[in-house]
Amino acid sequence: MSILVDADTTFIVQGITGREAVNLTRECLDYGAGAKIVGGVTPGRKGRDVHGVPVFDTVAQAVEHHGAPIKGSVVTVPPAFTKDAMFEAIENGVELIVIVTERIPRGDVAQMVELATMRGARIIGPNCLGIIVPDVIKMGGIGGPAKDAAKSYSPGPVGVISRSGGMTTEMSSTLTAAGLGQSTAVSIGGDAIIGSSYAELMPLFDADEQTQAIVIYTEPGGRMEAQLAEYVHDSGSKLPIVAFMAGRFMDEMPGMSFGHAGTIVEGKEDTATEKIARLAEAGITVAERIEDIPGLVREKLGVAV
Amino acid sequence: MAGVFIDVEVAESVAGDAELAAKLTEVCPVDIFAVADGRLQIVEENLDECVLCELCINAAPEGTVLVKKLYSGESLPA
Amino acid sequence: MRFFEFEAREVIKRAGIPVTEYGFTTDPAEARTIAERIGGPTVIKSQVLTGGRMKAGGVKFADTPEEAESHARDILALEIGGHMPRGVLVDPKAEVEQEYYAGVVWDGTRKQPVMIFSPVGGIDIEQVAEEQPEAVGRRHFSNILPFSEFQAKEVIASTGVTGSALNKLVPILTRLARLFVENDMVLAEINPLGRLADGSFVALDAHMDIENEARGRNAKLLKDLGVGDEETRQAREATEFELAGEAVDGMSHRGVAGNVTEFDGNLGLVIGAGGGSLTLFDAVRAHGGKPANYCEIGGNPDVAKTAGLAKLVLQKPGVDKIAVMMSIVSNTRVDIVARGVIKACLDLGFDPAEKIAIFRIPGAWEEEGFKILEHYGVEYADRSVSLNEAARRAVEKIQGVAA
Repeated sequence: MSILVDADTTFIVQGITGREAVNLTRECLDYGAGAKIVGGVTPGRKGRDVHGVPVFDTVAQAVEHHGAPIKGSVVTVPPAFTKDAMFEAIENGVELIVIVTERIPRGDVAQMVELATMRGARIIGPNCLGIIVPDVIKMGGIGGPAKDAAKSYSPGPVGVISRSGGMTTEMSSTLTAAGLGQSTAVSIGGDAIIGSSYAELMPLFDADEQTQAIVIYTEPGGRMEAQLAEYVHDSGSKLPIVAFMAGRFMDEMPGMSFGHAGTIVEGKEDTATEKIARLAEAGITVAERIEDIPGLVREKLGVAV
Repeated sequence: MAGVFIDVEVAESVAGDAELAAKLTEVCPVDIFAVADGRLQIVEENLDECVLCELCINAAPEGTVLVKKLYSGESLPA
Repeated sequence: MRFFEFEAREVIKRAGIPVTEYGFTTDPAEARTIAERIGGPTVIKSQVLTGGRMKAGGVKFADTPEEAESHARDILALEIGGHMPRGVLVDPKAEVEQEYYAGVVWDGTRKQPVMIFSPVGGIDIEQVAEEQPEAVGRRHFSNILPFSEFQAKEVIASTGVTGSALNKLVPILTRLARLFVENDMVLAEINPLGRLADGSFVALDAHMDIENEARGRNAKLLKDLGVGDEETRQAREATEFELAGEAVDGMSHRGVAGNVTEFDGNLGLVIGAGGGSLTLFDAVRAHGGKPANYCEIGGNPDVAKTAGLAKLVLQKPGVDKIAVMMSIVSNTRVDIVARGVIKACLDLGFDPAEKIAIFRIPGAWEEEGFKILEHYGVEYADRSVSLNEAARRAVEKIQGVAA
């Protein structure tokens, strides 16, 4: 199985007529079994179509046209309009929202998360590339065009969670080359506040029969890794975890932000060194190099997969 | 300043046709074409920005627009 | 973006929080005039965006206006942690009975703002939390529901504060919480918040940091404070090289070739994307390489912009070679980056095969990109070569040059 999405997941693309959204729609339609994109929304563009996907002015129109609740939405509208688009999706019954947009102020993200929590919905992102279940479905730009995604991702036992969209693919490609496929890979976004952190996705992977190990990509900044360490400790999760920590050089440069908005080191707890120690304490192996990850995963699984 | 990586050749029948010239100018996403005095001009400094999308090739009659990859000797349409 | 103290004080003053009758100036003579107006002992405080100004001699006490002028002159000429002061603040030396702390920050785990309050102020709140945890109150609050005063009351009362102090503190913390949300702050802190002999409270210092992504919608506030659009206020001031990098990124709206940061090594880096750049920078250093710079390419920049970035790096004094490396790309195109970096070499009269230590960008349009690299004899690698191995090869080549 997989987490979050499967072959039957229906979704819409909000902002579907934008340049990147047009590409993303094509990629998702072409990948795996072909994503069930049941509509797109761009206000004022009702009646058009993007690669055969009908465009509507409102989410409500898309739901009405579909004739049944729609599970997900990929939001790719400019930062100033993202909160409203996301609220619109939630209030029309959408349960899973992938927010691609970057540079959204934290106050807006916090409001989105709070509303999602009240309505029992989940946000992935912002500033992320989405979710991929190898050979089945991708929801978002993750992995790029279908033929490129097929080179990097293959089905298998490893769940991947990453704060970097590009590194989700880099790590999955390394696993694939070593014969270790992925159950689901999730690009969770690089901002200081995101909808779903490692610890918040872990229960889903724990409940997934296909997933036998987890690989995460981490960075300095924030306390998401500490939260994961606490989860592992408190929940008694059986899934072995291998982590890779990038940006170790940033420990020498407090107050500077590199790579993603969320990386700024504001306190001792935010540093790479401190995080590596936290993860190790929780029994999470921290790989020195990406190419070491497959070997460490096999070691943790204790069997030849 | 000619392109280092890309060159584009357009048949005289297209370059002199104001309507086709305007069409090529419109479809190219990186502004390789321009129209001056009703004739098609190649904007040389934009040649290397060509993204090999073939929109120009599809917009003109077959065999009238050729996109050459100077680094491999290949051209489009293949 | 961080605010100077004089700006932060203006922000809290506008929110209706009591402040002292301070004055800000860049002129020693005016410092004297302000001290005369205050008419008593004053404190002269350097306005720099760095910690440790007290220790560095950036805060001095003056009994007379003459002394205020002389201290202001000294402080205005004093560099602290690589920063020259923006000006000085002339503040009445308040007779404080007790120092408190009030602050609001984001909690990225709970994804809500959190108020922090303590009757022990004037020192670092993290130190207080460690030494006297019972003296620090915290309370998260909703970012959707309107803020209500009882929330501030609860957190203050939780630290044992009662009586008239409690009733005077509630509106202060309430206003601080509201301005935090309304002005997209990522930090809003009053420390110390002083209780004077008459029982009233006054903010004696303030720290504010506004979210960069929200500068647009707070344009009026920033304009009122005189903050220029060009001011980024990074922890380290931008170098000429870094400013040139920003100019390259601004050449066109297509893609990103930015976040150029200067280092003093000999290996120029043309790297991407966000996570890839972090990984690669670490890898180069782990192999003993000395990067000349950091940067991030992403979002499929055009050839001219990529060439602009590569030229900037190639022309940096001390750079012998560049390494062009990214994690697997899906949006950025391999062939476009290859064209850009080769063009940069050719334009500067360099042989790309000589100047480009390695090109490791797999992904979208890689077949086309590899044809270009082959034509120019540039060493390249596909996804079977790890980021780490690519970095190792680049370092090996440059060390061959140095030897």
